[in-house]
Amino acid sequence: MNESATKDDVVLIAKRWKNKRGSLIMALHGLQNRFGYVPRDAAMELAEQMDVPLARIYEVITFYNYFKLKSPGKHVVSVCMGTACYLKGAPKLLKHASESLNISPGETSADGEFHLQMVRCVGCCGLAPVVTENETLLAKVTVDSLEAHLCKCKNKEKEKA
Amino acid sequence: MGRLTLQDLDARQGVQIQTFDKPWIKVGMSTCGLAAGADAVFNALVETIQSHSLDWRVTRTGCAGMCSMEPLVEFRVPGESPVMYGEMTPELARELVTQYADKHSLPDDHRVPGLAELAQAAGDPPRTGPRQYRIVMRNCGVIDPENIDEYIDRGGYQALKKVLSSMTPEQVIEELKTSGLRGRGGAGFPVWSKWKMTRASIGDEHFIICNGDEGDPGAYMDRSVLEGDPHAVVEGMIIGGYVIGAQTGFFYIRAEYPLAIERIEKAIKQARAAGLLGSNILGANFSFNIEVRLGAGAFVCGEETALIASVEGKRGTPSPRPPYPSVRGLWKQPTMINNVETLANITQVLLHGGRWFAGIGSGKSTGTKVFAVTGKVKYSGLVEIPMGMTLREVVEEICGGTASGGPIKAVQTGGPSGGLIPADKLDTPITYEHLQQLGSIMGSGGMIVMDETDSVVELSRFYLGFCVDESCGKCAPCRIGGTQILRLLNNIADGKGKEEDLVTIRRMAHAMQKASLCGLGQTAPNPILSALRYYEHEFRERLVPAHK
Ligand SMILES: Cc1cc2nc3c(=O)[nH]c(=O)nc-3n(C[C@H](O)[C@H](O)[C@H](O)COP(=O)(O)O)c2cc1C
Ligand code: SF4
Ligand code: FES
Repeated sequence: MNESATKDDVVLIAKRWKNKRGSLIMALHGLQNRFGYVPRDAAMELAEQMDVPLARIYEVITFYNYFKLKSPGKHVVSVCMGTACYLKGAPKLLKHASESLNISPGETSADGEFHLQMVRCVGCCGLAPVVTENETLLAKVTVDSLEAHLCKCKNKEKEKA
Repeated sequence: MGRLTLQDLDARQGVQIQTFDKPWIKVGMSTCGLAAGADAVFNALVETIQSHSLDWRVTRTGCAGMCSMEPLVEFRVPGESPVMYGEMTPELARELVTQYADKHSLPDDHRVPGLAELAQAAGDPPRTGPRQYRIVMRNCGVIDPENIDEYIDRGGYQALKKVLSSMTPEQVIEELKTSGLRGRGGAGFPVWSKWKMTRASIGDEHFIICNGDEGDPGAYMDRSVLEGDPHAVVEGMIIGGYVIGAQTGFFYIRAEYPLAIERIEKAIKQARAAGLLGSNILGANFSFNIEVRLGAGAFVCGEETALIASVEGKRGTPSPRPPYPSVRGLWKQPTMINNVETLANITQVLLHGGRWFAGIGSGKSTGTKVFAVTGKVKYSGLVEIPMGMTLREVVEEICGGTASGGPIKAVQTGGPSGGLIPADKLDTPITYEHLQQLGSIMGSGGMIVMDETDSVVELSRFYLGFCVDESCGKCAPCRIGGTQILRLLNNIADGKGKEEDLVTIRRMAHAMQKASLCGLGQTAPNPILSALRYYEHEFRERLVPAHK
């Protein structure tokens, strides 16, 4: 990551939120949207720009599941484990994704291509079970359709390589 | 659009549908529609219409509630009843346009019941037939949620106009009292009373917060309303702000709902441009602004004191009540927290009157409730019904029973804070009181249908595991109690449990209910207790036999 570019982005995000009451979480969303996670140097820069102790920033980040401290990889695969998806076979999908990608939930693959995680309901329960891969939402997922999508992602990366 | 005046609002009402004399196609483009491929359908429609040089209109709309049949497309021709198509594909979309353009007829395949057959909406002339009644979802699947003109066309901002031009805050509170409207976020607290208390509290400033955290996994009506009719919630919030004397309102929306966030932000921007937010709204001596704050994946933040901490930008840990937020909330100021669905009811109560609203529903449960019916049901989706309808009518008659055609085993309402209702109790009317008598709650409206293949032990373990994961750890009864019960439950599920474990679970569950600091810990034992109440035999079957 280019250092000065990082800094510029953080400055912009901090500027947007600094004078708004109670906006630390919004600024952190800004960072995570920009970088895919909250990099340590970005958090330090934010602390300085927003005039908030770094400890308080980490206190907040660690409380909320949504914020990531490490780069999650190019393809974030989220298996919904909300009730509707659970009843419709989400555990099977999670197991399959874990085997196919060779990582456990919460882990990122060694090559940085895939991150697997569980989420609690994306609000699409009427089409359960649901899996998301970055911004793509897959509905009424089966083990086969999940595998097909994962293959597509893997092939895309191979082509690029 | 410039700032609207009172006269402008009236002039813009009810013109669009009457004046457009060409076919008008609407595509359901909320999260569920998009997931099912609505984007490609929309593009296919637009391309085909262009290639035939037709001047038809194609617009996006919200979720009509028939989520399992998405993508949904509605075809309207002036003077005829609209035709709804389900599970649309780009090919079918092209065929639809071509066939109507060439032959003035519509394909028969993929037709599904239209909105009019499904539900009657607030403001419609009364008639018999559909079982659903839509107050909260009246615009969902009807208007383009990103177009304020379509909202205004359907009577949008008329309630605000009425309030600002002819009602005192006290009169609004009185009307809400007559209506009997209760909070839809879970507890069912009377809305008028909360509004009155917050108004009466003294502070430097007052705040209103819309709780759009929608934490019950399996419930998604708030998402649908935010996506399908964002202005209705915005309007409800502006009215709430006027009544309690607030100048600032906050939407707190979970980060997992990007489209809902986008649509609310757009709605706020449009309302501001139209002078419906900002200073001297509609010429009145009232100024109000709205900001958006996002959640970050913590279920406990739906609890109001934790939510306030989160809006302040802190860790979302609950604090003891009293003081209640209505007295001392956001930045220690009087704060009124209302759920999305609650706020979406406000405009209709004020336009049609409290007495009208009180006439819908049953007993102390007035009005309608939206349920997200999911699980092993044939047609899963959102259903808005007058309260007092029975569970069976909803699950079997509206949603078609189980997908497999086999018997229903149980229905779970209230999510991780609720309980199971066994099949032999499905004739119970849906009211706050009746559900409570059965050991469950209304909750936010999740309704999970289980069939004979689902295990009650596993579902209990699932819910408790959820609460243990989501416990903030601040108080011991919830932190330790939850983990202990889960350990015993895991033992039982794995065939290693003993008779006395059931006794211990019950004892700890009651202690947790009594001693936990916030609603999460107080209600987390509900699912397991209700499972033991009705299905103890399923737990016993898995115990280690007493004599070997
Ligand atoms: C653990 C927990 C989670 C909650 N989650 C939500 C939620 O996601 N949405 C909501 O509106 N209310 C939720 N509530 C209820 C709120 O605390 C609050 O009562 C409600 O938002 C008030 O709005 P109402 O009076 O309009 O229902 C939750 C309560 C608890 C204890
Ligand atoms: S009951 Fe649970 S979630 Fe609530 S404050 Fe205590 S530990 Fe936190
Ligand atoms: S439970 Fe999976 S989307 Fe709601």
